[in-house]
Amino acid sequence: MPTVSVKRDLLFKALGRTYTDEEFDELCFEFGLELDEITSEKEIISKEQGNVKAEGASDVVLYKIDVPANRYDLLCLEGLVRGLQVFKERIKAPVYKRVMPNGEIQKLIVTEETAKIRPFAVAAVLRNIKFTKDRYDSFIELQEKLHQNICRKRALVAIGTHDLDTLSGPFTYTAKRPSDIKFKPLNKTKEYTACELMNIYKTDNHLKHYLHIIENKPLYPVIYDSNGVVLSMPPIINGNHSKITVNTRNVFIECTGTDFTKELGYRKEIVRADLINKKVGIRETPENLAKLLTRMYLKSEVIGDGNQIEIEIPPTRADIIHACDIVEDAAIAYGYNNIQMTLPKTYTIANQFPLNKLTELLRHDMAAAGFTEALTFALVARTTLLPGLLKTIAANRKMPLPLKLFEISDIVVKDSTKDVGAKNYRHLCAVYYNKNPGFEIIHGLLDRIMQLLDVPPTKDKGGYMIKASEGPAFFPGRCAEIFARGQSIGKLGVLHPDVITKFELTMPCSSLEINIEPFL
Amino acid sequence: MADGPVAELLLQRLEAADGGLDSAEVATQLGVEHQAVVGAVKSLQALGEVIEAELRSTKRWELTEEGEEIAREGSHEARVFHSIPAEGLAQSELMRLPSGKVGFSKAMSNKWIRVDKSAAEGPRVFRVVDKVEDEVQRRLQLVQGGQAEELGEKERSELRKRKLLNAVTLKTYWVSKGSAFSTRISKQEAELSPEMISSGSWRDRSFKSYNFAARGMLPDSGHLHPLLKVRSQFRQIFLEMGFTEMPTDNFIESSFWNFDALFQPQQHPARDQHDTFFLRDPAEALQLPMDYVQRVKRTHSQGGYGSQGYKYNWKLDEARKNLLRTHTTAASARALYRLAQKKPFTPAKYFSIDRVFRNETLDATHLAEFHQIEGVVADHGLTLGHLMGVLREFFSKLGLTQLRFKPAYNPYTEPSMEVFSYHQGLKKWVEVGNSGIFRPEMLLPMGLPENVSVIAWGLSLERPTMIKYGINNIRELVGHKVNLQMVYDSPLCRLDTEPKTPQTQAA
Repeated sequence: MPTVSVKRDLLFKALGRTYTDEEFDELCFEFGLELDEITSEKEIISKEQGNVKAEGASDVVLYKIDVPANRYDLLCLEGLVRGLQVFKERIKAPVYKRVMPNGEIQKLIVTEETAKIRPFAVAAVLRNIKFTKDRYDSFIELQEKLHQNICRKRALVAIGTHDLDTLSGPFTYTAKRPSDIKFKPLNKTKEYTACELMNIYKTDNHLKHYLHIIENKPLYPVIYDSNGVVLSMPPIINGNHSKITVNTRNVFIECTGTDFTKELGYRKEIVRADLINKKVGIRETPENLAKLLTRMYLKSEVIGDGNQIEIEIPPTRADIIHACDIVEDAAIAYGYNNIQMTLPKTYTIANQFPLNKLTELLRHDMAAAGFTEALTFALVARTTLLPGLLKTIAANRKMPLPLKLFEISDIVVKDSTKDVGAKNYRHLCAVYYNKNPGFEIIHGLLDRIMQLLDVPPTKDKGGYMIKASEGPAFFPGRCAEIFARGQSIGKLGVLHPDVITKFELTMPCSSLEINIEPFL
Repeated sequence: MADGPVAELLLQRLEAADGGLDSAEVATQLGVEHQAVVGAVKSLQALGEVIEAELRSTKRWELTEEGEEIAREGSHEARVFHSIPAEGLAQSELMRLPSGKVGFSKAMSNKWIRVDKSAAEGPRVFRVVDKVEDEVQRRLQLVQGGQAEELGEKERSELRKRKLLNAVTLKTYWVSKGSAFSTRISKQEAELSPEMISSGSWRDRSFKSYNFAARGMLPDSGHLHPLLKVRSQFRQIFLEMGFTEMPTDNFIESSFWNFDALFQPQQHPARDQHDTFFLRDPAEALQLPMDYVQRVKRTHSQGGYGSQGYKYNWKLDEARKNLLRTHTTAASARALYRLAQKKPFTPAKYFSIDRVFRNETLDATHLAEFHQIEGVVADHGLTLGHLMGVLREFFSKLGLTQLRFKPAYNPYTEPSMEVFSYHQGLKKWVEVGNSGIFRPEMLLPMGLPENVSVIAWGLSLERPTMIKYGINNIRELVGHKVNLQMVYDSPLCRLDTEPKTPQTQAA
């Protein structure tokens, strides 16, 4: 979830009123935001680098606000304010449109060479704007937030912004050999080739994360103006020449990317009012629903037979791709906590998953037999539970002896008959750790488990038996294989001293591990 | 022994005494060790109300062996001073005296003596004053005379530092007659025996009373793991609510079921190596339900079922990639797909609790694997109000009755809501779960009827367990570094009855 950091007082000024922290938290909650932290630059530095470093840093109050990952339109102060003001019906949603310039329209020419590396590019110009320091900072930060989120850390899209008045169109987006690209990059005083830059940025904490996107490609993407000035080498760095400043009046924006699907523009959707009511569980008139949606930045009106709502989806709400997205916005504007809670009449009979049912029964009786349950990691996709139990003992060597542990959990093995090529098996493992090996205790536990599973100690197909065997984990002559219901289900025995010492243990130890699935 | 001679003597004196007796005084009078009287007091106390004894402690100052020597013979510095004749003494000779080393430096710092280093036969020590007051000796004599209180705290501590004085705490009893006071006590039996029962002799005996303040002996027992005790309770709650358990016994899952089936686009950041553990072997799923895969592909790349889709080039290779499942929702997707194949549609309520794996930054509350709890209801015409109604019932079984819902974003549910509960201990709203209605783009390609909605919610098992058992570090709970003593000591898991005490600040 992206977090946007805004100056509280600026935010309140833009909202036209002040809030207490609690009031603002409440407003965020209602709208689906989260006031994550109230802090200041000073506090942040002091937390990360100590009080001394924080000396002199700004103590302007900052709100850190968590924004849902689909709301790219809220990733800056201006966007948040717009969203909240429309939500509170203080302003109407602004309408965005493309305006033709007085002079000639700018052009960005995309050459064929880009096809193999970063084939798409679009551009736009923001004209006659006026930055302030705060607005400028917000503009730069929004670009960074977009890079981190929807642009997938610049892999999908990289955005460059330039002072148009320092450039002259038309512009060319092309791809060249790195040794043939040479320019003065942002905030550097001399020219470098692209090869040199890739080296320099290897140690740049910010830029080093993007190098892999074009590194080792024969051609690098690059944008020139008509005089051969380099605007940028996407997705890494802009040129210094066209750098925007607080005084920039006309901003040239270029976006290069590997995918081109979303089209900017307004779109209309028609949703039936009763569908919204039915999905949310409310009974609002179509007019009211249209009003609710309008508060969510979706200008809506009732049309047709009076049960249809026409909704205008602005380009800023690319997250709306289905009627269910519209239903959600109606529900948010209605207020989740105003919705009447009801229990569905769904009638069902519950069943346990048989393997889990057996596991639950067994683990209670294992504890009744005096063994304590462990819970060890499965992350390594292990094929046996024993190492986890031995590590548990090693971490608890100070506990009084004997230690008697068990675990019933899944192991994973490759299995080409399964759709994913692997299968879990439910294993039961137990260990006894004491001054004596206690084989008879582990053996007795096996007898008890078989008694619980109603498997008699016979050589018949329905019974169980153990047979002398060998195993690398066991002391020679102290290992037996366990057969039950006509198949081998595991082993028990006294652990090999080498195994014991490898786990940094010092006492004799016996263990048992079986697959319980044959007893389902 | 209750009938020991000291106890008897004590009782006799007590009978004659006016009010009570001090055990130390009794010891002196009887000419026995104080410990013997204390033993008698304790054994008489065990008989019930024969006597009453009140423990009193007094602090006493006692001289050490060296302290006594100084009280007798003067301090080392005084002794050094007195051993120097008018014509002085060679320093080397002085140092050989028993008090030489300690006494010399003290006497120097007191400015009682001086050293003449220019003397012909080596350094020589002379008196500086005619007469000295041996303050150390005087103070020690005061203590010896039982007048330690005359000295200030500072003076006493200085003497203690010089190891001349010790503080001794003396515990004595003030003994008085009890409500069942008697000077005659018969020998008491410790325990009832089979012989006493068969002979009936227990009728004539008296028995030692038990010390009910002592702790009993814990039984030897096995113990269930706290996290899995909580898991059992959650299973129980779902079963009580009529939910059927889904199979989740496949840690390894294909990207298809883990992501694509849930309408999570292939370039979604969750599908990055930084967030998900992909498998090297078996690296790819061997089989996928291809008809269904085609519908999923179309929905992602072109849209359909009323959706714009994501409009990108959906790749089968990406869907085949195996991984350690990142959520049990993959198992829910399989269960819903199976449900969709059954005609006609029958409503279903499903749940699961099992392990999931994420490549997370590890800290006190996050591990790379955890248990996810998930509930799913599929029926005709389910609403957001139904979801909230089910959540209310579910969480009230956990003892969480004050709920509120926050709009949220999940890739595969729309609408989505985070569930918050008011935590009495922390005095704030804490997130307890995430929920929503599965997107039509997920359900319709499976073949579920259009008017069927599926509501779902999920939460982790670890977080409520940590709060419940007051555990701050997840490693103490899950994994081999578990604290077994904690496992031994953990109480029953009764989610709905116990007060929620604020034992953790984890958020």
